[in-house]
Amino acid sequence: MNSAKERLVNGIVKENPTFVLMLGMCPTLAVTTSAVNGLGMGLTTMVVLALSNVFISLLRNIIPDKVRIPAFIVIIASFVTMVELLLQGFIPFLYDALGIYIPLIVVNCIILGRAEAYAYKNPVIPSLFDGIGMGLGFSVALTCIGAVRELLGAGEIFGMHVMPESFVPVSIFIMAPGAFFVLALLTAVQNKVKIAGERKGKDMSKIQSGCGSDCMNCADTGCAKRLIDESKEKAGEEEKKND
Amino acid sequence: MSELMKVSSNPHVRSKSTTSSIMLTVVIALLPAAGFGIYNFGPKALLLILVTVASTVATEFLFEKICKKKVTIGDYSAVVTGLLLALNLPVSAPWWIGAVGGVFAILVVKMLFGGLGQNFMNPALGARCFLLISFTSIMTNFDCDAYTGATPLAALKSGESVNILDMVIGRTAGTIGETSMIAIVIGACILILFGIIDLRIPGTYIVTLAVFVSLFGGRGFNWPYISAHLSGGGLMLGAFFMATDYVTRPITKRGQYVFGFLLGVLTGIFRIFGPSAEGVSYAIIIGNLLVPLIEKVTLPKAFGKGGEKA
Repeated sequence: MNSAKERLVNGIVKENPTFVLMLGMCPTLAVTTSAVNGLGMGLTTMVVLALSNVFISLLRNIIPDKVRIPAFIVIIASFVTMVELLLQGFIPFLYDALGIYIPLIVVNCIILGRAEAYAYKNPVIPSLFDGIGMGLGFSVALTCIGAVRELLGAGEIFGMHVMPESFVPVSIFIMAPGAFFVLALLTAVQNKVKIAGERKGKDMSKIQSGCGSDCMNCADTGCAKRLIDESKEKAGEEEKKND
Repeated sequence: MSELMKVSSNPHVRSKSTTSSIMLTVVIALLPAAGFGIYNFGPKALLLILVTVASTVATEFLFEKICKKKVTIGDYSAVVTGLLLALNLPVSAPWWIGAVGGVFAILVVKMLFGGLGQNFMNPALGARCFLLISFTSIMTNFDCDAYTGATPLAALKSGESVNILDMVIGRTAGTIGETSMIAIVIGACILILFGIIDLRIPGTYIVTLAVFVSLFGGRGFNWPYISAHLSGGGLMLGAFFMATDYVTRPITKRGQYVFGFLLGVLTGIFRIFGPSAEGVSYAIIIGNLLVPLIEKVTLPKAFGKGGEKA
């Protein structure tokens, strides 16, 4: 399950971060006023995600378990800073359009989620492709949302006028409520496709995390297990102290 | 005697009213306002009303056919939604505004949340606000053959004087169904006489707004000013026909007073402190969203529970 192709498909389709995992909703809703913005945000996130996955995977045996989250944040924040400066220098229009949402990539739960669920436990190459796959899935989702909103709200796609002259833009779609409408609509469409796939006998029900078990029915195996183990250890230590 | 021996399970006392009879009464009660709108604004108003009603009914029918659900257009609730939405449109709006609004009202606000009884917001008002945000210039253009210039509330806001008699009769600019206070009150009387609505919500709403306007309107207790606020805009239509919607009002009696008070305060805030002259529709949909909370705090004690000291 760690082959490069499998990771890419997983990120774009099976575990699409936006439509299936419902992660990173803040940039999803905020910056998708046009297809270009959605694509820019998606690709920026992808670069950070792939690089941070690689570094976290490389350092996974060095980072102590107890301070792993701060360590992830430091790594992610470094890459975000680099990407932000690069955008500012070379693609200023995108930098202006995305604004505060570029630094906010640091706290994007997709990146932290993949670091925790996948890169921290897997070798470098699969982690790289996991990051690229997830990033592409995020880009595809954001571009789709942005395209629909731009089409309905302004009559354009990627800045090109495509609707007939008589079309009156439905401006609610480029405002905040429109983001919710379009996100819900596209999620419903992909669920529909998925259910149709299941009827044909394909197993699409399991949302799998990096550990290979089923997140929906995980309970205390997989990544949740570690938390429970830690709390048990602590309880055990305290009992010993009390003795 | 044999009839008396029949054994049946409860409820033993049944009301004759059904969803369709109630909705039909509401349709009849809306006819004076619709009729005056058509008389006032001409045949284009009739066209807009027909398109909107056709759009809501067709959307409900098609959605239920496609999803293989029971077809419920026979309960007339879609007709009420369409009619209310049309009465909330300016006559200058092109016909497709009514069609788009009708689809949005039924599909998004009502059907996606589970159909009649499950919608969290009045479908007609949800659609009106959708249209108002999306097509602001169309929805606020009240110029037509009969009248040009500002609506009474806009005139009032900019400090001009208004003719109260015209507002009560309905000879002013505005949406199709909101202008005539008399026609709406006739419809409201029909609803009250048939026991469809009571005065709790509309009464509290209107009194609260009157008090709010006299406190914060900047003109003190000025009777013409207050009556202009009460007869202008969508207040009467909203208070009697939309705030009293069975699905989206609180079910507890105390909750209904709270709801009416809340609507009055919100409408006052929007009208006096807000940038636009009118605020009834936003006030009602915000009130709709707060209904679950209102019901929660006004839930009456169950029989046998509570008492002096539990």
